[in-house]
Amino acid sequence: MKSSVITFPGSNCDRDMDVALKKFGFKNKMVWHNDIELPKSDLVVLPGGFSYGDYLRCGSMASKSKIMQSVINFAKSGGLVMGVCNGFQILVETGLVPGVLLRNKYLEFICKNVFIKIDNKDNPYFKNLDKDIFEFHIAHNEGNYFCTKDQLKEIEDNNQVAIYYCNNQGKTEDEFNPNGSIKNIAGIFNKEKNVLGMMPHPERMIDQSLSGEDGSLFFKNLINNIK
Amino acid sequence: MKISAIITLKKDVLDPQGKVIHQTLDGMGFKDVNEVRQGKYFEIDVKENDPNKAKGMVEDMCKKLLANLVIENYKIIETQ
Repeated sequence: MKSSVITFPGSNCDRDMDVALKKFGFKNKMVWHNDIELPKSDLVVLPGGFSYGDYLRCGSMASKSKIMQSVINFAKSGGLVMGVCNGFQILVETGLVPGVLLRNKYLEFICKNVFIKIDNKDNPYFKNLDKDIFEFHIAHNEGNYFCTKDQLKEIEDNNQVAIYYCNNQGKTEDEFNPNGSIKNIAGIFNKEKNVLGMMPHPERMIDQSLSGEDGSLFFKNLINNIK
Repeated sequence: MKISAIITLKKDVLDPQGKVIHQTLDGMGFKDVNEVRQGKYFEIDVKENDPNKAKGMVEDMCKKLLANLVIENYKIIETQ
Protein backbone atom coordinates (compact mmCIF):
# COMPACT_ATOMS: atom_id res chain seq x y z
CA MET A 1 0.00 0.00 0.00
CA LYS A 2 1.35 3.38 -1.02
CA SER A 3 1.03 6.57 0.96
CA SER A 4 2.20 10.14 0.50
CA VAL A 5 2.87 12.66 3.24
CA ILE A 6 2.87 16.30 2.12
CA THR A 7 5.52 18.52 3.67
CA PHE A 8 4.71 22.23 3.82
CA PRO A 9 7.13 24.88 5.07
CA GLY A 10 6.56 24.66 8.82
CA SER A 11 5.23 21.09 8.95
CA ASN A 12 6.81 19.33 11.91
CA CYS A 13 4.94 16.03 12.26
CA ASP A 14 5.67 14.91 8.71
CA ARG A 15 8.56 12.64 9.69
CA ASP A 16 6.65 11.18 12.65
CA MET A 17 3.86 10.33 10.24
CA ASP A 18 6.38 8.81 7.81
CA VAL A 19 7.77 6.60 10.62
CA ALA A 20 4.28 5.53 11.69
CA LEU A 21 3.08 4.69 8.17
CA LYS A 22 6.23 2.69 7.39
CA LYS A 23 6.07 0.85 10.70
CA PHE A 24 2.70 -0.59 9.76
CA GLY A 25 3.55 -1.49 6.19
CA PHE A 26 2.90 1.54 4.00
CA LYS A 27 5.42 2.40 1.29
CA ASN A 28 5.52 6.09 2.05
CA LYS A 29 6.81 8.98 -0.03
CA MET A 30 7.40 12.49 1.22
CA VAL A 31 5.99 15.08 -1.18
CA TRP A 32 7.05 18.73 -1.21
CA HIS A 33 4.30 21.37 -1.24
CA ASN A 34 5.68 22.98 -4.40
CA ASP A 35 5.38 19.76 -6.41
CA ILE A 36 2.51 19.61 -8.82
CA GLU A 37 2.02 15.87 -9.27
CA LEU A 38 1.02 13.52 -6.53
CA PRO A 39 2.76 10.13 -6.65
CA LYS A 40 0.43 7.16 -7.08
CA SER A 41 -1.06 6.76 -3.60
CA ASP A 42 -3.68 4.78 -1.72
CA LEU A 43 -3.58 7.35 1.07
CA VAL A 44 -2.49 10.99 1.25
CA VAL A 45 -1.69 12.50 4.63
CA LEU A 46 -1.50 16.19 5.51
CA PRO A 47 0.63 16.22 8.66
CA GLY A 48 0.65 18.38 11.76
CA GLY A 49 2.79 21.43 12.33
CA PHE A 50 2.63 25.13 11.68
CA SER A 51 2.50 25.44 7.90
CA TYR A 52 3.48 28.93 6.75
CA GLY A 53 3.88 29.94 10.38
CA ASP A 54 0.09 29.83 10.87
CA TYR A 55 -0.02 33.21 9.09
CA LEU A 56 -3.44 34.71 8.33
CA ARG A 57 -5.40 31.67 9.56
CA CYS A 58 -3.95 28.24 10.36
CA GLY A 59 -3.81 26.20 7.19
CA SER A 60 -5.03 28.99 4.90
CA MET A 61 -1.78 29.45 2.95
CA ALA A 62 -1.04 25.74 2.72
CA SER A 63 -4.52 25.12 1.33
CA LYS A 64 -3.55 27.23 -1.71
CA SER A 65 -0.13 25.64 -2.30
CA LYS A 66 0.64 23.95 -5.63
CA ILE A 67 0.34 20.32 -4.52
CA MET A 68 -3.07 20.93 -2.95
CA GLN A 69 -4.84 21.13 -6.29
CA SER A 70 -3.70 17.54 -6.96
CA VAL A 71 -4.70 16.52 -3.43
CA ILE A 72 -8.15 18.10 -3.91
CA ASN A 73 -8.59 16.31 -7.25
CA PHE A 74 -7.45 13.04 -5.65
CA ALA A 75 -9.99 13.50 -2.83
CA LYS A 76 -12.77 14.40 -5.25
CA SER A 77 -12.10 11.24 -7.23
CA GLY A 78 -12.60 9.21 -4.04
CA GLY A 79 -8.98 8.90 -2.85
CA LEU A 80 -8.31 8.68 0.89
CA VAL A 81 -7.01 11.95 2.34
CA MET A 82 -6.33 12.27 6.05
CA GLY A 83 -5.38 15.53 7.76
CA VAL A 84 -4.05 15.51 11.30
CA CYS A 85 -3.91 18.67 13.45
CA ASN A 86 -2.54 21.34 11.08
CA GLY A 87 -3.52 18.92 8.32
CA PHE A 88 -7.12 19.15 9.57
CA GLN A 89 -6.84 22.95 9.56
CA ILE A 90 -5.62 22.78 5.94
CA LEU A 91 -8.53 20.50 5.01
CA VAL A 92 -11.16 22.88 6.38
CA GLU A 93 -9.52 25.74 4.50
CA THR A 94 -9.77 23.79 1.23
CA GLY A 95 -13.44 23.17 1.94
CA LEU A 96 -13.00 19.39 1.60
CA VAL A 97 -14.45 19.02 5.08
CA PRO A 98 -16.97 21.48 6.56
CA GLY A 99 -16.43 23.96 9.40
CA VAL A 100 -13.41 25.82 10.77
CA LEU A 101 -10.96 25.50 13.66
CA LEU A 102 -10.93 28.51 15.94
CA ARG A 103 -8.53 29.50 18.70
CA ASN A 104 -8.93 27.24 21.75
CA LYS A 105 -11.66 28.50 24.05
CA TYR A 106 -9.35 29.21 27.01
CA LEU A 107 -6.60 30.74 24.83
CA GLU A 108 -4.00 28.17 25.84
CA PHE A 109 -1.88 25.85 23.75
CA ILE A 110 -2.99 22.36 24.78
CA CYS A 111 -0.47 19.53 24.74
CA LYS A 112 -1.68 16.37 26.48
CA ASN A 113 -3.19 12.95 26.07
CA VAL A 114 -6.95 12.83 25.72
CA PHE A 115 -9.55 10.13 25.36
CA ILE A 116 -11.50 10.06 22.15
CA LYS A 117 -14.55 8.16 21.05
CA ILE A 118 -14.80 6.54 17.64
CA ASP A 119 -18.17 4.91 17.12
CA ASN A 120 -18.75 5.88 13.49
CA LYS A 121 -17.24 2.88 11.73
CA ASP A 122 -18.99 2.74 8.40
CA ASN A 123 -15.92 4.15 6.60
CA PRO A 124 -12.49 3.01 5.39
CA TYR A 125 -10.64 4.57 8.34
CA PHE A 126 -12.39 2.99 11.30
CA LYS A 127 -14.15 -0.07 9.86
CA ASN A 128 -13.27 -3.18 11.90
CA LEU A 129 -11.80 -1.30 14.89
CA ASP A 130 -12.82 -3.50 17.82
CA LYS A 131 -13.04 -0.79 20.45
CA ASP A 132 -14.56 2.69 20.72
CA ILE A 133 -12.44 4.57 23.23
CA PHE A 134 -8.84 5.47 22.43
CA GLU A 135 -6.13 7.51 24.07
CA PHE A 136 -4.50 9.86 21.58
CA HIS A 137 -2.32 12.94 21.95
CA ILE A 138 -3.37 16.49 21.10
CA ALA A 139 -1.08 19.50 20.69
CA HIS A 140 -2.72 22.59 19.29
CA ASN A 141 -3.65 26.21 19.75
CA GLU A 142 -6.49 26.30 17.21
CA GLY A 143 -8.54 23.13 17.61
CA ASN A 144 -11.86 24.61 18.62
CA TYR A 145 -14.16 23.14 15.98
CA PHE A 146 -16.90 25.49 14.84
CA CYS A 147 -19.53 25.40 12.14
CA THR A 148 -22.83 27.11 11.47
CA LYS A 149 -26.08 25.64 12.76
CA ASP A 150 -27.07 24.62 9.24
CA GLN A 151 -23.71 22.94 8.70
CA LEU A 152 -23.99 21.12 12.02
CA LYS A 153 -27.39 19.77 11.08
CA GLU A 154 -26.03 18.58 7.75
CA ILE A 155 -22.97 17.03 9.39
CA GLU A 156 -25.10 15.15 11.89
CA ASP A 157 -27.71 14.12 9.32
CA ASN A 158 -24.95 12.67 7.14
CA ASN A 159 -23.19 11.00 10.07
CA GLN A 160 -20.00 12.98 9.37
CA VAL A 161 -18.72 13.35 12.93
CA ALA A 162 -15.72 11.02 13.02
CA ILE A 163 -14.31 11.52 16.52
CA TYR A 164 -15.50 13.01 19.82
CA TYR A 165 -13.49 14.10 22.87
CA CYS A 166 -14.61 12.06 25.88
CA ASN A 167 -13.45 10.59 29.19
CA ASN A 168 -12.08 7.08 29.70
CA GLN A 169 -15.66 5.79 29.88
CA GLY A 170 -16.61 7.36 26.55
CA LYS A 171 -18.74 10.10 28.11
CA THR A 172 -18.84 13.17 25.88
CA GLU A 173 -19.89 15.82 28.44
CA ASP A 174 -18.62 19.37 28.23
CA GLU A 175 -16.10 18.83 31.04
CA PHE A 176 -14.18 16.42 28.77
CA ASN A 177 -13.96 18.99 26.00
CA PRO A 178 -10.39 20.35 25.98
CA ASN A 179 -10.77 23.25 23.55
CA GLY A 180 -14.40 24.36 23.27
CA SER A 181 -15.26 22.44 20.09
CA ILE A 182 -18.96 22.27 19.22
CA LYS A 183 -20.41 18.98 20.50
CA ASN A 184 -16.91 17.79 21.54
CA ILE A 185 -16.03 17.24 17.90
CA ALA A 186 -12.40 16.16 17.42
CA GLY A 187 -12.66 14.86 13.86
CA ILE A 188 -14.91 15.22 10.82
CA PHE A 189 -15.44 13.36 7.55
CA ASN A 190 -16.53 14.75 4.22
CA LYS A 191 -19.91 13.49 3.01
CA GLU A 192 -18.40 10.55 1.15
CA LYS A 193 -16.16 9.63 4.14
CA ASN A 194 -12.97 9.34 2.10
CA VAL A 195 -11.60 12.55 3.62
CA LEU A 196 -10.91 12.64 7.36
CA GLY A 197 -9.72 15.62 9.39
CA MET A 198 -8.82 15.19 13.06
CA MET A 199 -7.00 17.13 15.74
CA PRO A 200 -5.62 14.11 17.71
CA HIS A 201 -2.30 12.61 16.59
CA PRO A 202 -2.42 8.83 16.06
CA GLU A 203 1.23 8.88 14.93
CA ARG A 204 2.29 9.84 18.46
CA MET A 205 0.82 6.65 19.91
CA ILE A 206 2.71 3.90 18.16
CA ASP A 207 5.29 2.84 20.71
CA GLN A 208 4.56 1.36 24.12
CA SER A 209 7.85 2.56 25.55
CA LEU A 210 7.25 6.17 24.49
CA SER A 211 3.52 6.65 24.63
CA GLY A 212 0.78 4.12 24.12
CA GLU A 213 -0.34 1.73 21.47
CA ASP A 214 -3.73 3.12 20.47
CA GLY A 215 -2.23 4.73 17.37
CA SER A 216 -0.81 1.32 16.40
CA LEU A 217 -4.32 -0.13 16.50
CA PHE A 218 -5.50 2.65 14.21
CA PHE A 219 -2.70 2.25 11.62
CA LYS A 220 -2.78 -1.57 11.61
CA ASN A 221 -6.51 -1.46 11.04
CA LEU A 222 -6.21 1.24 8.38
CA ILE A 223 -3.74 -0.67 6.22
CA ASN A 224 -5.85 -3.81 6.50
CA ASN A 225 -8.92 -1.86 5.42
CA ILE A 226 -7.14 -0.42 2.39
CA LYS A 227 -5.58 -3.73 1.21
CA MET B 1 -4.18 52.49 -5.82
CA LYS B 2 -4.52 51.46 -2.22
CA ILE B 3 -7.53 49.51 -1.06
CA SER B 4 -8.14 48.41 2.50
CA ALA B 5 -10.03 45.40 3.74
CA ILE B 6 -11.32 44.91 7.25
CA ILE B 7 -12.07 41.36 8.34
CA THR B 8 -14.26 40.88 11.39
CA LEU B 9 -15.65 37.81 13.12
CA LYS B 10 -19.34 37.18 12.57
CA LYS B 11 -21.65 38.02 15.43
CA ASP B 12 -22.25 34.48 16.71
CA VAL B 13 -18.59 33.42 16.61
CA LEU B 14 -16.83 33.34 19.96
CA ASP B 15 -13.92 35.77 20.18
CA PRO B 16 -11.91 34.82 23.28
CA GLN B 17 -9.13 37.30 22.46
CA GLY B 18 -11.63 40.14 22.28
CA LYS B 19 -13.03 39.01 25.64
CA VAL B 20 -9.61 39.05 27.30
CA ILE B 21 -8.85 42.47 25.83
CA HIS B 22 -12.18 43.70 27.20
CA GLN B 23 -11.35 42.32 30.67
CA THR B 24 -7.91 43.92 30.59
CA LEU B 25 -9.35 47.28 29.53
CA ASP B 26 -11.83 46.95 32.37
CA GLY B 27 -8.98 46.25 34.81
CA MET B 28 -7.17 49.36 33.55
CA GLY B 29 -10.13 51.50 34.40
CA PHE B 30 -11.95 51.64 31.06
CA LYS B 31 -15.27 50.77 32.64
CA ASP B 32 -17.62 51.91 29.88
CA VAL B 33 -16.92 49.20 27.34
CA ASN B 34 -19.78 46.96 26.20
CA GLU B 35 -17.81 44.56 24.06
CA VAL B 36 -14.50 44.16 22.19
CA ARG B 37 -14.23 42.19 18.96
CA GLN B 38 -10.80 41.70 17.42
CA GLY B 39 -10.37 41.66 13.64
CA LYS B 40 -7.80 42.06 10.87
CA TYR B 41 -6.91 45.00 8.65
CA PHE B 42 -5.20 44.76 5.26
CA GLU B 43 -3.77 47.52 3.08
CA ILE B 44 -3.37 46.33 -0.46
CA ASP B 45 -1.67 48.37 -3.16
CA VAL B 46 -2.97 47.14 -6.51
CA LYS B 47 -1.85 47.97 -10.05
CA GLU B 48 -5.29 49.19 -11.00
CA ASN B 49 -6.44 52.79 -10.96
CA ASP B 50 -10.15 52.31 -11.54
CA PRO B 51 -11.62 52.32 -8.01
CA ASN B 52 -14.43 49.92 -8.83
CA LYS B 53 -12.15 47.42 -10.53
CA ALA B 54 -9.60 47.71 -7.72
CA LYS B 55 -12.28 47.10 -5.10
CA GLY B 56 -13.54 44.16 -7.13
CA MET B 57 -10.07 42.62 -7.11
CA VAL B 58 -9.74 42.99 -3.35
CA GLU B 59 -13.22 41.62 -2.85
CA ASP B 60 -12.19 38.54 -4.83
CA MET B 61 -9.09 38.24 -2.61
CA CYS B 62 -11.26 38.45 0.50
CA LYS B 63 -13.55 35.69 -0.74
CA LYS B 64 -10.74 33.40 -1.84
CA LEU B 65 -8.09 33.91 0.84
CA LEU B 66 -8.21 36.84 3.23
CA ALA B 67 -11.48 35.91 4.94
CA ASN B 68 -13.01 32.58 5.84
CA LEU B 69 -16.67 33.23 5.14
CA VAL B 70 -17.83 30.56 7.58
CA ILE B 71 -16.75 32.77 10.47
CA GLU B 72 -15.74 36.14 9.07
CA ASN B 73 -17.19 39.15 7.26
CA TYR B 74 -15.21 41.61 5.18
CA LYS B 75 -15.57 45.27 4.39
CA ILE B 76 -13.67 47.03 1.61
CA ILE B 77 -12.57 50.64 1.84
CA GLU B 78 -10.87 52.80 -0.79
CA THR B 79 -8.01 54.54 0.98
CA GLN B 80 -6.28 56.46 -1.81
